[in-house]
Amino acid sequence: MRRRAAVVLGLALFAVLTGAMLALSPAVAATPTPTTPAVDAEVTPSGTESPAPAGEQGIRVRVLNAGADVAGVDITVILDGEEVESGESLDSGFLELPVTEPGAYTVTIDPETLPDGLTAQRESIELAVQLGGFRPAIFPLTGGDDAGAGAGGPNRFLQLSAQGLRFGLITALAAIGLSVIFGTTGLTNFAHGELVTFGAFSGLVLNVGLGIPLLVAAPIAVVVSGLFGLLNDLALWQPLRRRGTGLVAMMIVSIGLAIVLRYSFLFFFGGQVQPYDDYQAQAGLDLGPITLRPADLVSMALATVVLLLVSVALLRTRLGKATRAVADNPALAAATGINVDAVIRVVWVAGAALAGLAGILLSLAQGGSQFEMGFQILLLVFAAVTLGGLGTAFGALFGSLVVGIFIEVSTVWVPAELKNVGALAILIIILLVRPQGILGRAERVG
Amino acid sequence: MDTLGSIFGNGARAFIGLDTIIYALAAIGLNVQFGYAGLLNFGQAAFLAIGAYGVGISIAYLGLPLGIGVLVGIVGSAVLALLLGIPTLRLRADYLAIATIAAAEIVRLLARSGTFREYTGGSAGIGGFSQDFYALSPISEGTYGFGPWRYDERFTWIFLVGWTLVILSSVLVFLLMRSPWGRVLKGIREDEDAVRSLGKNVYAYKMQALVIGGVIGCLGGMVFALGRSSVQPDNYGTALTFFVYTVLLLGGAARVMGPVIGAAVFWLVLSVTDTALREAIDAGLPLGLSTSQVGQVRFILVGAALMALMVFRPQGIFGDKRELAINAR
Repeated sequence: MRRRAAVVLGLALFAVLTGAMLALSPAVAATPTPTTPAVDAEVTPSGTESPAPAGEQGIRVRVLNAGADVAGVDITVILDGEEVESGESLDSGFLELPVTEPGAYTVTIDPETLPDGLTAQRESIELAVQLGGFRPAIFPLTGGDDAGAGAGGPNRFLQLSAQGLRFGLITALAAIGLSVIFGTTGLTNFAHGELVTFGAFSGLVLNVGLGIPLLVAAPIAVVVSGLFGLLNDLALWQPLRRRGTGLVAMMIVSIGLAIVLRYSFLFFFGGQVQPYDDYQAQAGLDLGPITLRPADLVSMALATVVLLLVSVALLRTRLGKATRAVADNPALAAATGINVDAVIRVVWVAGAALAGLAGILLSLAQGGSQFEMGFQILLLVFAAVTLGGLGTAFGALFGSLVVGIFIEVSTVWVPAELKNVGALAILIIILLVRPQGILGRAERVG
Repeated sequence: MDTLGSIFGNGARAFIGLDTIIYALAAIGLNVQFGYAGLLNFGQAAFLAIGAYGVGISIAYLGLPLGIGVLVGIVGSAVLALLLGIPTLRLRADYLAIATIAAAEIVRLLARSGTFREYTGGSAGIGGFSQDFYALSPISEGTYGFGPWRYDERFTWIFLVGWTLVILSSVLVFLLMRSPWGRVLKGIREDEDAVRSLGKNVYAYKMQALVIGGVIGCLGGMVFALGRSSVQPDNYGTALTFFVYTVLLLGGAARVMGPVIGAAVFWLVLSVTDTALREAIDAGLPLGLSTSQVGQVRFILVGAALMALMVFRPQGIFGDKRELAINAR
């Protein structure tokens, strides 16, 4: 009975703390009638390059295709169903559309005026404009035969490979956590995507809600994500492990948790795509055959460094070796004096922190955070982890890069909307021919 | 009293309504796979989608009669089960879950893609194929039923057909699980290797369970399509599968009536909370909610219920803990 009480207490604690974190959100959520209308005129969103003159506020709009501005797209700003402002997108930088009063605006683009073959990822963006501040509204475009910066041929191939590498590095951050958690606890965590979303929204609360520059907000958000992972383990998974709950039952619990978290994000933050205030305005850098934004380059470098650090930590440190020992055989690891529970706790913190970082970088890459973003990449992360070998850290890294590049490059031959289908099909085929993954070791069962 | 009346009325209608029929059929199918055979099929939504699209495309695009459309859906879901089963049934339970959820997403992404819009209607789906079905109705125009359950002749027809299918499927499952075939299936769930050592072809049994469960699920998809007179791809996402799991675990897996009771209770609870919250907002109670958030609260409740069920009562309302510990690896 005490264990049951502990589980109840854990779940309640978990709910309360999740709620407390999410309660910070009203500043961000652009509900039709913001509960906290911007009061502080001095808090101009940081990162908008030139602070707007006092008393003027509005929306900065860009239409981007692979990092390059697309001109001549009709843009309309709507307040309470009425058009208040309109214009055409520029070929360099932001189109500034001032509005007379703060409020919740909707910015739409006219898909008819897009260049041939391109489609908008979204045709409207909802924004809460604050007094004296300009909010960015970015419309990324996709598709078309000239999606890359180059006109086609090898350049397009390189451009897509670079984008794929970016996506692969980001998913690798999420995949390592998923894989090592699976390795050490046997849990197939369907709520891992929500850890990614959690990181992105933590960054959003700090950056947009509290006005902290993203470079400061991101590390804090990663730490908060790590704490959230610790909370996950302490409040839910550790009690369940102690009760001896089966792995399938735990997997279904993680599905329930994923649903609770995902719709809590929707509940508190709304369904719209919400960009960070910083680094949305960057033009692509021309790097020979490929074009990437500085933020992309920094993201990729950061992800690479973090992944290298994690690899070194796993290979060289005592804790890393203990982690791999637990992943290999928990009972044997415990017998050699490794504190299995402590290792699992560290794995949860580190895995959730990495997932949180992935969320922030993904939000930067996709032009905003959205409540389903983690869930949307979850199956791709599963594909990556399975491809590399479930339960192994380096397999996850390898699998993510392959899946990321494969997805982007496949758009040379298949429509962009079907690019994930190929990755999921690979997942099934790998499970068929080599279920232990490419880097995994075949296991004797029974 | 008016408020209470509408809460009660909506709840009573939801208890045996169209959604209950759809989810009951989907969960009966899943029960054969997960409850009796221990197969973690996380792609049940795909079977419903095949049923729905089988009818929709056959009638709206190919111009075939309703009977052929139903046949196309059934054959299509059996083929999907074979395609899904051949590679995945030899896998461990958790791998099977990932493979089936991926397959279901492939089906949905293909259905909603612009590439096949000509056949599937893209993300908007297909409509206008249900005239044949309603033309078959022997029920003359008018209102039928009593109390809160007063339906027009169209709804009465789909309601009768749907519940007939639920009852027939339940009887089928009841008879199957009393047979030697059903006992072997339960044996596979408990200990696959033991059954194999008795000379049974475990793979074939699992495949048969997957096909039967898939076909029953596809009937649910057909009721979904005909009852709403439309097919929309995003109705067949992973959320549908997860809801069907909640329904099954609520009622009790490996119980003949579990899925039916689970579906009825599931929709009763959702409807009552939904109506109550909306009425409270209309009445101006300070809940800090907007009406658009009510639907989100409903999802949060479902997720929390799924977690709590799995932690505290994995056998569901009517399940037997000895029958099913859900500890299969």
